[in-house]
Amino acid sequence: MRNIISIKTICLLFLFVTTFSFATDGGGSEKGDIKTEIKEYINHHLLDSHDFSLYSYTADNGEHKYVGFPLPVILWDNGLKVFSSSKLNHGETVAEVDGNYYKYYHNKIYKTDASGTINEVDHHVTNAKPIDFSITKNVFTIFVVGLLMFFVFSRMAKKYKTGSMPKGVGRILEPIVLYIRDDIAIPNIGKKKYKRYMPYLLTVFFFIWIINLLGLTPLGINVTNNIAVTLALALITYLFTTFTANKNYWGHIFWMPGVPVPMKIILAPIELLGTIIKPFSLLIRLYANITAGHIVLMSIIGLMFIFKNWLGSSLSFGLAFALSLLELLVAALQAYIFTMLSALYFGSAVEEHHDH
Amino acid sequence: MTIPSIVGAGLIVIGAGLGIGKIGGSAMDAIARQPEASGKIQTAMLIAAALIEGIGFAALFAA
Repeated sequence: MRNIISIKTICLLFLFVTTFSFATDGGGSEKGDIKTEIKEYINHHLLDSHDFSLYSYTADNGEHKYVGFPLPVILWDNGLKVFSSSKLNHGETVAEVDGNYYKYYHNKIYKTDASGTINEVDHHVTNAKPIDFSITKNVFTIFVVGLLMFFVFSRMAKKYKTGSMPKGVGRILEPIVLYIRDDIAIPNIGKKKYKRYMPYLLTVFFFIWIINLLGLTPLGINVTNNIAVTLALALITYLFTTFTANKNYWGHIFWMPGVPVPMKIILAPIELLGTIIKPFSLLIRLYANITAGHIVLMSIIGLMFIFKNWLGSSLSFGLAFALSLLELLVAALQAYIFTMLSALYFGSAVEEHHDH
Repeated sequence: MTIPSIVGAGLIVIGAGLGIGKIGGSAMDAIARQPEASGKIQTAMLIAAALIEGIGFAALFAA
């Protein structure tokens, strides 16, 4: 019970950490043939955005129409500025807030004059850039998933308190929770200490899994291929490992037992570097796997528009279908590996001393 | 993208592919010999593959 309740705390922690994910730099937006348009589309998909647009099209009068809903923009520019992203209008107009003018340009918000001029020197924008704490699409998705998990798991926990079996989605989740406990946490961390880490392991597993699965829906969400999000996740694992480690763990890093003294001196910096490389590999793995999956999947879907005949298109449809199934597996596998390796690192941090 | 970085990326993919292939092959051998230990072997295989993959991705980003 207590485990499930403290999941809530960690869920909230996630929300705070990942809120500070900044929007990333954008690519060009010039129109060209179908190939460059597909490239543009994929590039755009890989980026975070300041509104939740499901799709866009060009109307008969040449006007761009976006279907979706705007999200709040929060800027720090000599004081807090909060306004709706519909004011930015996808960079087509200049937003005026309290006498300041902001323009959306290549996925970033810049401060401009009243006419919205962007000064560029060698593709580097020289305009002032306010600090952006906006609820972007990624942050919004993280909030939604966090709330969903909070709701589902707290209801599940309540059911267990009254002693009855969970109903509905709880019946699917129970074996997964047990699997994480019995096959990931206990073998890697040990029977005595695993309980401390269970809330985090469960949260991180379900969070990554749900987010990855949402990335495969046509909503165009992709949170785990924002490196800031995976960085936050890996950072939490790193902090947990570092602050719960025992004497034995630090002893193995700074003064490796059982090797001669010169080797101890050589090993200490390598081991110290290793503690940083471990979470770094976690963040790169998740980020790169999901990004690569999205790029390949979208490129294959894009092939349909390049071939434009029924043979090529049906071929790429079949490939895209098969690849989507593979991505379903990858979504779960990456969540599993992240959880597994986190458990492994926690296990090494709390391992008891044994004679060599 | 320059030619050296493309060649480098190719080399990384060859190396990582060989490494993960070797792990997968050995795991298959192990499972064939001891089917009752397949669960443990799979776990160990996934961890080793994930570690190689991590290094591979890190190198790909550098290339």
